[in-house]
Amino acid sequence: MKSLLSEAWLVASKDLRIEARSRVLTNQVAPFAVLVLVLFGFALDADQRTLRMFAPGLFWVAVLLCLLLAVQRSSAVESADDAATGLRMAGLAPVAVFLGKSAAIFVQLLVLELLLTAGIIVFYGSSVKNLFLWLIAGLVTALAVAATGTLYGALASGLGVRETLLPILLLPVLAPVLIGATRAYDDALGAAAVDGWAWTGLLAMFAVVASTLGALAYGALVED
Amino acid sequence: MTNPTSSVATTGSPGSRALGLATLLGLVGLLVLAFVLTEPDVRIHPSTGQEIGQFDAVRLLYLHVPMAVITYVAYSLAAFASAGYLIKRTPWWDVTAHAAAEVGTVFCFLVLVTGSIWGRPVWNTWWEWGDVRLMTTLILFLMFVGYLALRRTAADPRVQARRAAVVALVAIVDLPLVNRSVEWWENRTLHQKSTLGELKIEDLTLFTLMVGFLVFLMVFAWLLLHRFRVGWLTLAAGEHQVAAAIKERRAEADGSEVASAVGETS
Amino acid sequence: MTHLGYLLGGWGVAAVLLTVYAVSVVRRGRALSVSVPEDQRRWLTSQNPTDG
Repeated sequence: MKSLLSEAWLVASKDLRIEARSRVLTNQVAPFAVLVLVLFGFALDADQRTLRMFAPGLFWVAVLLCLLLAVQRSSAVESADDAATGLRMAGLAPVAVFLGKSAAIFVQLLVLELLLTAGIIVFYGSSVKNLFLWLIAGLVTALAVAATGTLYGALASGLGVRETLLPILLLPVLAPVLIGATRAYDDALGAAAVDGWAWTGLLAMFAVVASTLGALAYGALVED
Repeated sequence: MTNPTSSVATTGSPGSRALGLATLLGLVGLLVLAFVLTEPDVRIHPSTGQEIGQFDAVRLLYLHVPMAVITYVAYSLAAFASAGYLIKRTPWWDVTAHAAAEVGTVFCFLVLVTGSIWGRPVWNTWWEWGDVRLMTTLILFLMFVGYLALRRTAADPRVQARRAAVVALVAIVDLPLVNRSVEWWENRTLHQKSTLGELKIEDLTLFTLMVGFLVFLMVFAWLLLHRFRVGWLTLAAGEHQVAAAIKERRAEADGSEVASAVGETS
Repeated sequence: MTHLGYLLGGWGVAAVLLTVYAVSVVRRGRALSVSVPEDQRRWLTSQNPTDG
């Protein structure tokens, strides 16, 4: 068990180090996140009051779009220079690789969520009414989508059509997460009267199922 | 690059032809029941005395409801076969899963379309975001569109089979979560006034629905049979092409070179 | 009959799509059968009366 976690840590820190050096997250994905918020502003042609109402939904749509980029990147890193073979030959347990890659995406998503929260506060006039709920729901959702994204990143990899296949595979599965996270943030941002904690519970269940399934399936996928 | 080896054959067989004939007869029977023998849904409003109800739109339900049931049957089979493949790893399970998923998706699409067409006169809208069953079916459809897209990628058959099986199973596991979240999301649903409860279910209406289930089950079986055979042929054709290519390549080279290369002693 | 347009539309779409799909599957089968030698065929009916 200990070696599994340390192997996962190895993979996670490798991915994050690559991220830190290439700065794709900061130079490309983060600006994209802000761009999405801006585009919504233009498209909805609404005043801040209306945008505040929709802010939670728009926030999470932006997160999902960034997730696609993060997952693409995460699995592209493995295909470059046949790194995947190197990883296999290093003898790392597939479960550890899954956990490590999910963790790396999780961290990146947290950064993006922080940035996007600032974005909706500035652009849409939102305000965080329930800080604790905002934090927990954000963490749980990031976990859920990071695990699911990592699994589907592997499912769509190596086929030459990853960029177009991943969205259609991943996003429908995340429908419950989008619904749940939006409702949780409706509560946390005071946009609607809902029970955010109940929704966070559902999200937590999704995160657990996704992590478990992902860990189980990842091994079956990368073996040959 | 096909090497025509012999005459053209068809995926039909005496059995499937018999099934096809029975299906067509059943369809005729269903049409007669749905359009001639059953009554439109007309009720009298308790206070205004006006005629209300679905009127003749109810006849669409004899199509929509059976197809919805068949969709669930098809996708359940696809999930079961996917699990079977992951356990047994034989091509039969994989071909079955693919065939069931593809036919199921055709039915699912039709369920959504006929449901929407039915909904326009009855609910006065083509689409209703608040309806649980509608949302769940839509997500189910999209998930399997993704499955079929994955199936069309050029990949090693075993790799593709494994991945597709995982996609199908994750989709099925996700479905209750989708259903639960949509249900919580909307308190009011139009579907919840379950069709079977809202309708004045006379014996003939119920009987027609049952006939509908049976007939579309036969349609499904016929399509599944042929699609399975197509899947099997695809596998066989692929293997045959590889074997033929190897043979060709060996023929090009000098016999002794090849023999020594593969370690055959002359 | 009321709502006749919707009825024809609904049943019509179903009939057309299922027929088109059925035809496409059978045609795919025919096309593929050419590439598979007779000894590897299963469940197929040959069009040629002299074949088995």
